[in-house]
Amino acid sequence: MAQTVLHTATSRGGADHGWLKSYHTFSFANYFNPERVNFGALRVLNDDSVDGGRGFGEHPHDNMEIISIPLSGSLQHKDSMGNLATIEPGEIQAMSAGTGIYHTEYNKDKDQPVKFLQIWVFPNKRNVEPRYDQLKINAPEKPNTLVQILSPNPDDAGVWIHQDAWFNLGKLEKGTKVDYTFQKKGNGAYIFVLEGEIEVNGQLLHKRDGFGIWDTDTFTIQAVSDQTEFLIMDVPMEF
Amino acid sequence: MMKTEILVIGTDPDILQTILRLLNAEESWHAEGVSGIKEALAKCGLKAYHILLLGAGLTSQEEEELKTEVKTLYPTLPVVPHYGGGSGLLFAEIYLALGKMNQAQ
Repeated sequence: MAQTVLHTATSRGGADHGWLKSYHTFSFANYFNPERVNFGALRVLNDDSVDGGRGFGEHPHDNMEIISIPLSGSLQHKDSMGNLATIEPGEIQAMSAGTGIYHTEYNKDKDQPVKFLQIWVFPNKRNVEPRYDQLKINAPEKPNTLVQILSPNPDDAGVWIHQDAWFNLGKLEKGTKVDYTFQKKGNGAYIFVLEGEIEVNGQLLHKRDGFGIWDTDTFTIQAVSDQTEFLIMDVPMEF
Repeated sequence: MMKTEILVIGTDPDILQTILRLLNAEESWHAEGVSGIKEALAKCGLKAYHILLLGAGLTSQEEEELKTEVKTLYPTLPVVPHYGGGSGLLFAEIYLALGKMNQAQ
């Protein structure tokens, strides 16, 4: 029997630093909730908004797979490996922090906020060589289907990370549904709603709600409203 | 007030300093850093730490060696792997380790 967990949008932790507003699905920085630490290998799901021209000064990371998905605006990234890049909606960035990396992240636009998801996944191996990757997200081959944006395989669609994780983006028209089958036995899926309302195995989810499901091979997502958009993060529950 | 004593091991001096600065900003915690196994074990022999935080940079073999040595010599000292290299997860890692220690007592 499938097990599930619901995290409504309003139950998330929050931080308002003026220039940075962030909602934390899981414990992060000064937000600590022992009941909300991780979903399997998924450790951080931050929903960030950074004011125009502002950003994160140079800071280190290590031993974490860090994925950024811009929702609006543009985010400039510069790191100690020599990468200087701007990511925009329709793109995904993945960074393996491994033995250590330093980077800055700034809103490239002076006037408009940049909104983005920052997702941290525990690596399946500590102290790997740091690496950076950035890709455009492909359009779906057919309407109302999923698009894979991340996997553990360098040759597969999307960016890759050091973990048996697969991320898919979905956009469904009202009334349509899609079945999802787990990529690996023992994995669970965390579904995060970006736009609209969907149902996952009958559970109604609103914008920015999160829903975890595991101990099952498959589940069904149905669009309840128009213009739905959601992210499925298929991650190991034990790692 | 008795402080929670934390020993951090990590090979990147700048990341280590960042972690120590963040930990020591908490009034009830005191953290010290070392960059290698021998130094860590020597420190543990001189002082009773509550948590050994395993930062980045050691090889898998070194990490296993450290865990084995600590388990043998200081069986109540938890070795907590640190992930992320900064403030994001640091506090949760320490709070969770302290929670487990309190439950065990």
